[in-house]
Amino acid sequence: MPDFDRVWDVLVVGGGNAALCAAISARRAGASVIICEHAPKDMRGGNSRHTRNIRALHPAPTDVLTDSYLEEEYWDDLYRVTGGKTDEHLARLCIRASQHAPGFLKDCGVVFQPSLSGTLSLSRTNAFFLGGGKALVNALYRTAEQLGIAILYDTEVQHIALEDGFAKEAIISWRGFPQRVRFKAIVASSGGFQANRDWLRRYWGDAADNFQIRGTPYAQGRVLRDLLDQGAHEVGDPTQFHAVANDARAPMEDGGLAMRLDCVPFAIVVNRDVERFYDEGEDVWPKRYAIWGRLIAQQPGQCAFAVTDSQAEMNYLPSVFPPYRAGSIAELAAMAGLDAGKLERVVAEYNASVVPGTFKPMVPDDCRTEGLTPPKSHWARRIEKPPFILHPLRTGITFTFLGLKVNERARVLMADGKPSANIFASGEIMSGNILGQGYLAGFGMAIGTVFGRIAGEEAARHVRN
Amino acid sequence: MSATEATRMTPAVLEDSETVAEARRQMAICNACRYCESYCAVFPAMAMRRDFTAGDLTHLANLCHGCKGCYHACQYAPPHAFGVNVPATFATLRQESYAAFAWPAPMGRLFERNGTIVSLLAALFATLAMVLAVAIKDPAVLWASHTGPGAFFRVIPLWLMNLLAGSTFLFAILAFIMGGIRYWRGTASGGAPIGVEPARDAAVDILTLRNLGGGGHGCNDIDDSFAQHRRWLHHAMFYGFMLCFAATSTGAVYHHVFGWHSPHAFWSLPVQFGTWGGVLLCIGTAGLAWVKTVTDPGPVAKKLQGGEYAMLALLFLVSATGLLLLAVRHTGAMGLMLALHLGLVLALFVAAPYSKMVHGLYRSLALLRNARERRR
Repeated sequence: MPDFDRVWDVLVVGGGNAALCAAISARRAGASVIICEHAPKDMRGGNSRHTRNIRALHPAPTDVLTDSYLEEEYWDDLYRVTGGKTDEHLARLCIRASQHAPGFLKDCGVVFQPSLSGTLSLSRTNAFFLGGGKALVNALYRTAEQLGIAILYDTEVQHIALEDGFAKEAIISWRGFPQRVRFKAIVASSGGFQANRDWLRRYWGDAADNFQIRGTPYAQGRVLRDLLDQGAHEVGDPTQFHAVANDARAPMEDGGLAMRLDCVPFAIVVNRDVERFYDEGEDVWPKRYAIWGRLIAQQPGQCAFAVTDSQAEMNYLPSVFPPYRAGSIAELAAMAGLDAGKLERVVAEYNASVVPGTFKPMVPDDCRTEGLTPPKSHWARRIEKPPFILHPLRTGITFTFLGLKVNERARVLMADGKPSANIFASGEIMSGNILGQGYLAGFGMAIGTVFGRIAGEEAARHVRN
Repeated sequence: MSATEATRMTPAVLEDSETVAEARRQMAICNACRYCESYCAVFPAMAMRRDFTAGDLTHLANLCHGCKGCYHACQYAPPHAFGVNVPATFATLRQESYAAFAWPAPMGRLFERNGTIVSLLAALFATLAMVLAVAIKDPAVLWASHTGPGAFFRVIPLWLMNLLAGSTFLFAILAFIMGGIRYWRGTASGGAPIGVEPARDAAVDILTLRNLGGGGHGCNDIDDSFAQHRRWLHHAMFYGFMLCFAATSTGAVYHHVFGWHSPHAFWSLPVQFGTWGGVLLCIGTAGLAWVKTVTDPGPVAKKLQGGEYAMLALLFLVSATGLLLLAVRHTGAMGLMLALHLGLVLALFVAAPYSKMVHGLYRSLALLRNARERRR
């Protein structure tokens, strides 16, 4: 049984990459550290369990990254996806420090893939974890154990008692039993609230029932809510989330990466009323996959249907669940419960508008439509080779943007603008400072690692003083 | 059914196997995820396919070295509802394929309760050898001390050794070859002839166990930490086995070509090969059994463990009795030890085509097919 009478130097709330980086950094700086992870051991690691890579600045090729990726390009990429909704000071700090993130993780036992041409062609900007995020999480926990960090699984932090911005103790549920943990400093790394359907419902109403939560079901936002209610400064649009096009038949929670569908650029996508609603071929998929979750969320019933034919099937990664296949568009519509006549008309109209071009699956090609609204700008080929194929789509939420405002020392700011005396934050719970909207692949792990390290070191420094 | 599938001779027992259906379900998840692409040859081979026939899945299962990296890294491993457990599923499928391709076919049933059968064979032949040694010669022979050239044959006559060892060994070779042919035809249609380069790639993969190296950091032998225990222990076992084989071969050459009869001097080639081979075999088999007992049971196919432990134990006993024979060959215990050793060797030959030993053949063929596929 853990020692609940003891006053720990640092309590880390959460169990993903950001939490572990904070805990390890604090421990290495000499602090005694306890981690409270809500999930059971097998499901530990928050959304880090589902990640795959980290975006890292590098001036020259490394063993795990090709070519170079410098601050200005990184910053431009971030600026573009966020539309300027970022804190430049914190963002550049994170970008610069990301150079050392892979090395830090390696020191913690994380193994990276040798640089190779991944499916999303990210090996220049992103270092891939061998085996993905769960392998990373395993390595971090192993390091934490070796350093003598106390790790409590099945332990939810329910309330942090605050007095004038100073955290005194945490009320927790330890394997179902009420307990309290006392500490000198606390690091909140407990993620967003995307798995809290009631909270999503405040902004999205009944539509929230149709959203799939791609990652951990433990991202309930309890600590986030608790701290905001006690006067922590809020950052990020509470109504917004990062979401992708998921298979409509995916589990409602924890379906992970494999549930996403990459068929959109090679298909046409209609909603429940059999109407197209967005340019499926606007840009290459790595630059567009992140907007389709939102697009589907805005459709009636929060669902959509990607229709294509057998010639496109090898252009995208296979789906876990087999798509609907039929010899005719009408049969396909019937299988998906769509208006057959209308789908035939939509496909015929689309086919008629396709102008001939040279199909190039990996780059924006000249296969497009003419006179169609909305247009399909690239990869437009007639849908005419049976069997016809339909993938049902739903919104799969990755994370929410609402978070705690922090300064460059990862210290949580209170609503009056003053930094908290002993509360720090890292990871998704504060990523809204830097990512106001949009997403860059592997940037969440960069924020988590960089701010996890800062939060851990600063918490340990606070304890020493 | 396409033409290629029509020419394929995948046994119905595999086509209808629930393990094959389960492997197919898991591969659908893995093929959409692909996080494990850098672990071993299985996942790149999977990524070349969209649909998985029973033959494809059998090939992938035999390509799998059971390094368990994909299990510990899997976001869909139990208790996730998807319950992806590729190492355990593929191990079970491998075992089913050993049974399906065994020759003669009815012998495939020996793969059920394989641990019991291998153990019984070992006990039976060890006993038989001692009984025969006593029955054929004067019982006193077994206990007497023999020295000088031909000492062994005074306990067990050479003709009997040659007859029993030769016939069982040759039958084992025949059964392996027939099984290999059935496997090759049953898992895919013929395809292009094997070139020199794929053959060389496969030989490197086999002799270095590249797929148990994980590119340098090793595999999840015990738990989610990386190590190369299994690779090095398997090397010790495999090369130890090969040294013992070299000992027997050089012994035969000494006997038949040069007319030098055993027991040979300690510094002679057969004894040197046999000694070091035996030591390596003991270390390898004992070490692999140790890894098996302490490893995380999650990705292990528990049903198969009996057969695996039994074969490791038999190999250990063969080498241990060989070493003991060397130690006591000038004493009165030699006769007993010789009979015991030869009985166990005989059991090994008899059991080999219907035991874990066949994995070496099917794994090699899978690596060969994989090498050809990679070069394409």
